[in-house]
Amino acid sequence: MREKILNYIEHNSRIDMADLAMLLGSDEVTIMNELEAMEAEHIICGYHTLINWDKTGVDKVSALIEVRVTPQRGMGFDKVAERIYNYPEVNAVYLISGSYDFMVSLEGRTLREVADFVSSKLSPLDSVLSTQTNFVLKKYKDHGTIMAEQHVDEREKVSP
Amino acid sequence: MRNPLNQTISAIKPSGIRKFFDIVAEMPDAISLGVGEPDFDTPWKVRDEAIYSLERGRTFYTSNSGLKELRIEIAEYLRRHYDLDYDPIHEMVMTVGGSEGIDMAFRAMLDPGDEVLIPQPCYVSYDPCTILAGGVPVPIPLKEENDFRLKPEELEAAITDKTKILVMPFPNNPTGAVMEREDLAPIVDIVIKHDLFVLTDEIYSELSYTGEPHVSIASFPGMKERTIYINGFSKSHAMTGWRLGYACGPKEIIAQMVKIHQFAIMCAPTTSQYAAVTAIRDCDEDVAHMREEYNDRRRYLLERLKKMNIKCFEPYGAFYIFPSIAEFGMSSEEFCTRLLREKEVAVVPGTAFGDSGEGNVRISYAYSLQNLKRAMDRIEEFVTELRQENK
Repeated sequence: MREKILNYIEHNSRIDMADLAMLLGSDEVTIMNELEAMEAEHIICGYHTLINWDKTGVDKVSALIEVRVTPQRGMGFDKVAERIYNYPEVNAVYLISGSYDFMVSLEGRTLREVADFVSSKLSPLDSVLSTQTNFVLKKYKDHGTIMAEQHVDEREKVSP
Repeated sequence: MRNPLNQTISAIKPSGIRKFFDIVAEMPDAISLGVGEPDFDTPWKVRDEAIYSLERGRTFYTSNSGLKELRIEIAEYLRRHYDLDYDPIHEMVMTVGGSEGIDMAFRAMLDPGDEVLIPQPCYVSYDPCTILAGGVPVPIPLKEENDFRLKPEELEAAITDKTKILVMPFPNNPTGAVMEREDLAPIVDIVIKHDLFVLTDEIYSELSYTGEPHVSIASFPGMKERTIYINGFSKSHAMTGWRLGYACGPKEIIAQMVKIHQFAIMCAPTTSQYAAVTAIRDCDEDVAHMREEYNDRRRYLLERLKKMNIKCFEPYGAFYIFPSIAEFGMSSEEFCTRLLREKEVAVVPGTAFGDSGEGNVRISYAYSLQNLKRAMDRIEEFVTELRQENK
């Protein structure tokens, strides 16, 4: 039940609770209780909206930054990650296997803003050895959703 | 000038659905719940395989019966899923959709005057294909009170000396009815007792929501030698436009079918066959995902209809529900036409699938939740208004 609820709201967090109950053969109260429980357990950490900023007049620049660090004694990578993720302009921080340690996703209004963050905040951190900044040129797909495409039903309207 | 036309084909009525299609075509904004095909895209890996096969230049005929590699995979799949044991070399032919298999089976088996029992409501092609093969279609009207399942006494009553083939169209389009193991067992006894053959169209077999795996009539002891088994990729793998199906059966019958196929068709589309190897080998998970989503929508529609107090038996297969509109005192066609004109929602009259569909309409749930919801809201308005009118 939980998995099915999560599958639905992961793709549409605004789904009507009465509809969801009917889809899952349950009732609204049960669904609401499960949702509240999962919020309390921090399984559900938030409800966000997927926005294609390119279609608005608002300027946004995002970058994926590869960061190599030296883990701190006794605390491993977590302490270093915390120093990075506490900056509000940081969208996501992942510990990564491979040739670098963290993948940091960042959003700023301008190229300059992102560059400033890297040079004045990220790079100077004690444990950071090196960074490589990759600017995102175009977002094709995000959170399982293809950004460019509007799905059109091309089937015949009636068929046997 | 002489009459250029063949009398048999001239006498066959065009599909009842056609007339309705023409009205809907004039209404571009109508919400349709009228299609008989999946809304999902074919899984990308299948499409990718097709593209790859074209890049590799695999653009020639395959053997008449179809790619051997594909037939071997299908035989394996049928064993794994439905406990069926077919020799991929002599007992199977790849066809242009399930429909070609139906047509060829009748042509390979019927002599003039042979009767074919067709439980109705059902898919539109059994009746005309029987006639085109020189046979005589004999409908068995199924009843809503039996959840549109075929009952042994109904079958027994329809059998004559001339009866040769029984068509078994389950899971059923348009009713969504299924035949479970205990429903099939007495049918099997009668079929064997009367020495009949069965054409089982199991194109919706992957879309069964009973909680139990689908049971094929061909898997009963003594049935394989008297059954032509039809299946394909259209519904299970969302591959309608690829036109690919297959027929399995006793090798003497398949050999004759391959003869028809080789002269009329040559072979099923090559690109589709290469893509289907991936579909049958790697897509169980995609199919399961689609099935689960259809099942959710099925529950949603049943619940919505229940809230509207519309009578509807619970269908356990395909992607259709078949509610009764008898309470409104009009024919299925009248109901559908008014619903379309007044609320711009298209559903299909039950009569498009045989006379015994009178009093019901087919609603397809091969649509997004958003679409289903909008359509059901409008249907709710419509029936509320009808009930007020009738007061």
